[in-house]
Amino acid sequence: MDIETLEHSLMAEIAAASDEAAIEAVRVSALGKKGSVSELLKSLGAMTPEQRQTAGPAINGLKARVTEALTARRSELRDVAITARLAAEKVDVTLPVRQSPAERGRIHPISQVIDEIAAIFGDLGFAIAEGPDIETDYYNFTALNFPEGHPAREMHDTFFFRPDGKGERKLLRTHTSPVQIRTMEAQKPPIRIVIPGKTYRQDSDATHSPMFHQVEGLVIDKTANVANMKWVLEEFCKAFFEVPSVKMRFRPSFFPFTEPSLEVDIQCDRSRPGEVRFGEGSDWMEILGCGMVHPNVLRFGGLDPDEFQGFAWGMGIDRIAMLKYGMPDLRAFFDADVRWLQHYGFRPLDMPTLFGGLSG
Amino acid sequence: MKLTLSWLKDHLETDASLDEIVGRLTAIGLEVEHVDDKAALKPFVIAKVLTAEKHPDADKLRVLTVDTGTGAAPIQVVCGAPNARAGLIGAFAAPGTYIPGIDTTLGVGTIRGVESRGMMCSERELQISDEHNGIIELPEDAPVGTSFASYVHLDDPVIEINLTPNRPDATSIYGIARDLAAAGLGTLKTPYAPEPVPGDGPCPVTVTLDFGETPSLCRGFALRLVRGVKNGPSPKWLQQRLLAIGLRPINALVDITNYITFDRGRPLHVYDLRKLSGDLVVRRARDGETVLALNEREYTLTPDMCVIADAKGADSIAGVMGGEHTGCDEATTDVLIESALWEPLNVARTGRELGIVTDARYRFERGVDPEFMVPGLELATHMVLDLCGGTPSDATVEGYQGYEPKPIVFPVTEVKRLTGLEVEPAECRDILERLGFGVVSGGYLLDVRPPSWRPDVDGKADLVEEVMRITGVDAIAPQPLASHAAVNGKILTTLQIRTRAAKRALASRGMMEAVTWSFIPAKHAELFGGGQPELKLANPIAADMSDMRPSLLPGLVAAAQRNADRGHGEVALFEVSGTYEGDTSDRQRRVAAGVRRGTATLDGAGRHWAGNAGAVGVFDAKADAIAALEAVGAPVDRLQIEAGGPSWYHPGRSGTIKLGPKVVLGTFGEFHPKTLEALDVSGPICGFEVFVDAVPEPKAKPTRTKPRLDLSPFQAVKRDFAFVVDRAVEAGALTRATLAADKKLVAGVSVFDVFEGASIGDGKKSVALEVSIQPVDKTLTDEDFEALGKRIVENVAKQTGGVLRG
Repeated sequence: MDIETLEHSLMAEIAAASDEAAIEAVRVSALGKKGSVSELLKSLGAMTPEQRQTAGPAINGLKARVTEALTARRSELRDVAITARLAAEKVDVTLPVRQSPAERGRIHPISQVIDEIAAIFGDLGFAIAEGPDIETDYYNFTALNFPEGHPAREMHDTFFFRPDGKGERKLLRTHTSPVQIRTMEAQKPPIRIVIPGKTYRQDSDATHSPMFHQVEGLVIDKTANVANMKWVLEEFCKAFFEVPSVKMRFRPSFFPFTEPSLEVDIQCDRSRPGEVRFGEGSDWMEILGCGMVHPNVLRFGGLDPDEFQGFAWGMGIDRIAMLKYGMPDLRAFFDADVRWLQHYGFRPLDMPTLFGGLSG
Repeated sequence: MKLTLSWLKDHLETDASLDEIVGRLTAIGLEVEHVDDKAALKPFVIAKVLTAEKHPDADKLRVLTVDTGTGAAPIQVVCGAPNARAGLIGAFAAPGTYIPGIDTTLGVGTIRGVESRGMMCSERELQISDEHNGIIELPEDAPVGTSFASYVHLDDPVIEINLTPNRPDATSIYGIARDLAAAGLGTLKTPYAPEPVPGDGPCPVTVTLDFGETPSLCRGFALRLVRGVKNGPSPKWLQQRLLAIGLRPINALVDITNYITFDRGRPLHVYDLRKLSGDLVVRRARDGETVLALNEREYTLTPDMCVIADAKGADSIAGVMGGEHTGCDEATTDVLIESALWEPLNVARTGRELGIVTDARYRFERGVDPEFMVPGLELATHMVLDLCGGTPSDATVEGYQGYEPKPIVFPVTEVKRLTGLEVEPAECRDILERLGFGVVSGGYLLDVRPPSWRPDVDGKADLVEEVMRITGVDAIAPQPLASHAAVNGKILTTLQIRTRAAKRALASRGMMEAVTWSFIPAKHAELFGGGQPELKLANPIAADMSDMRPSLLPGLVAAAQRNADRGHGEVALFEVSGTYEGDTSDRQRRVAAGVRRGTATLDGAGRHWAGNAGAVGVFDAKADAIAALEAVGAPVDRLQIEAGGPSWYHPGRSGTIKLGPKVVLGTFGEFHPKTLEALDVSGPICGFEVFVDAVPEPKAKPTRTKPRLDLSPFQAVKRDFAFVVDRAVEAGALTRATLAADKKLVAGVSVFDVFEGASIGDGKKSVALEVSIQPVDKTLTDEDFEALGKRIVENVAKQTGGVLRG
């Protein structure tokens, strides 16, 4: 067979090869040890130099062209195979994926708001203090200047435990103020603390719950006065409600543990159903109570009221959470309804910071 | 405390508008809770019925023409009232008027074919009274076309003040007027005390204060008889005032006492002399003594309560409520008027124990003005003489010691020190004097004597408040608090940081944070190791909120079930909060707990095309517990897991997490079927508790530098071993034995298969371990691996009895 015929025949076989195995068979039949092209190459040895001069390049050319054709065909076949595999591997990408746990989980609004409060007061140089829920009459009332039998004690609708052997009855704290005394006992001024925690009163309706959360603030040094208190509370309300300005109304009031005492209303707009906007509008909403720490409370805390002075305030965490985030009913806070938690709760990675904005 | 504007103006000369008065009241600490400006009655005008014809198609209806004083043509009104007649003058409502008594806005109507363009109203329709037998009839000279409410004095705005308990002086309209005058809103025009009434002889009834050896409960008692009075309904103006503030008129004598209670904050009592037996004795009640009070209820008293008695026994409960037997009625002719002073705390306690709330108790327990005891009696006498006539006796007064003010040395600089407010000494003095304080020296150091009506004032800070509230809190400009000179450091305690971290870690495991009640049903508390007597509330708000929780789990399990009952059974809930082991502060724990129900696993719940979630179980709870511990900084590589947990768990599917032999850091597992049955809960459900406060405090470190990282240059290798052990042998023991075989080379062990079956043998199991081997100083040879394998097999055999699976 002459070279030309062989080349035609081989090229036809290469073109006809339909898979890797077929192309390999062609390669072996042409370029393998006993392959047709290999045999031709072997025949060069028996030729004269003159014959070799013409046959040599012709046979080597044939080998090169066949090799190239094999490579090209192999590459073609691989592309076809990959295309077919890819087509076979296609999936329906519209199928849903599972939510990650971090997307499903929720932080309760109370925890979130406590973190927001900590972020703000941390920036103002306050520390966070805590105290026990089950208190003594001394810390909850007496040391806070509630005289024995005074009607002010009745305002608190206290939960009591049964009297112990000594006739002393413990109670569930009605406010976070006992921690004021505990703090004064534990540290010397200057004191700047906020005290978040659970509090309890015998009361239940849409805005009252037998268990609720309060945050108390206490500043004691040698100069803190009502003017400073107004500043702290206004700064807090601006930062907390994330508005550029707020208007607050301070009204003289009465608490046994402060003198002078004030109640604070915040200006707001409640004309849109289910929504409260601060820094605008014509309504006043009561938001907190505050005052200068009563001299008797300072004395109970072991401080001389002529040397030390300060102010304290208390407000409902649940209440300010309801106001800020528009939750209508306090009772739902404690029902653990996953639909409510899913809607009003916060994602675990939504951490309130001042540098990133309290609520993002 | 309620008052009307006109009543206030009896005592306060002022041009101020209602809005100004209301605003100033709130600004000086008398918070106005509600103002009823009587706008609802404004649209009703006085109108005259000109003609009244029978309705052509209805026997009981009349067709009226009414003159409403506008000068326009008479208006046709269809009316069903029996007294509707020509010439009647009454109250007319035009179409568009809201009628409060029938809660309807009037339109133009057609009644049985006749058009009606308004309405003549009854008292009930205007919510003035229950009268509905006919339409209102006014005197013939009532001015047609003018305001009906104004004509009958029903346009007097009612102001309701939310009074703080420290202000007994403001339980009187006079006292409120005095505060407003001090705040510059007018002048007080009524003198403090009326002229004494001369009597025509001694009071024939005597009073004895008899407390024996016990402390007196009566600080003074004034009494006077007025003979020959004519009792009956009090005059219209007095009735209207009482009605306006929500009091029911009774008769003139009783109405006078109620009037003075509100007008001057001075509660009084009147006795019908003829119903009394002998003289009065003020004493402690005898144990078990009963009194039939004016509310027609009988009360059983104790010796801690004070009574006014006659010869027949206890008649009135001092300071709280008078007696039914001696009350004044229309037949009373001789009236004894009492004005007394009672111990505030005793009145408060008596009222609380008997459950009686009265206007007298409200005032006595806050502290009434002692100096007004006798003037109050004089004022009452004046009114009795004016309204009922009669002849007064002399007043008799027992036990009153007089008022001795406690002086307060007041440096006016205190105002600036506590409030930041600059007030001149002269202005301070002026404010205090306007409020009735005696100021007996001048300059910067004032010697101040509080008036008898301000028992709340006893120190410098109280005087600062007086100056501040009258000057106005708005005058205080906010001043920044001195800021710290450095970057603020960490502000949370370790426990606070851990609480926060546990919450975020559990939420990032797909759980939702619940806040459940601190008090739970006694049955639930007992199931979870609680129910101690010292943790039971004496006065729970509901029977199922009686015991402080010993664990967060019962609340969370119940919450999970509540969600399931609403159709959301796949829930994962957690809480990080307090539990109570005792009633002292050191026995309140900080616990992180969680429950998973249904198929609410870490990866998601329910069915999914890529694979359904399985039922939750002990290992889900274990993973949560360890994640919480890791988040709070517990040394998770040193935790020991022991089989079994407290009684509320499934004994074979629960565990206890310990650090060393004593410190319990947590428990986890599926619940005992009896626990679920008692809680009325269905599973599958699992839970855990981690005791955040039991995790040791981290050691203080001098540097934040992390330990040096040594990376071996030699390739790490993994080898598998399968051991057959008794079923009871714990995987943890196998792991420990493997790790201990060569502490240098064995870098880690993981369990990748557990198999039980006939091929292994009864009571046996096969546990497959993957051992990570990290050469340290040279590449290991086959001989080295073989030797290590031998050591592992030998140690496992020694520690657990396990043999290599063939």
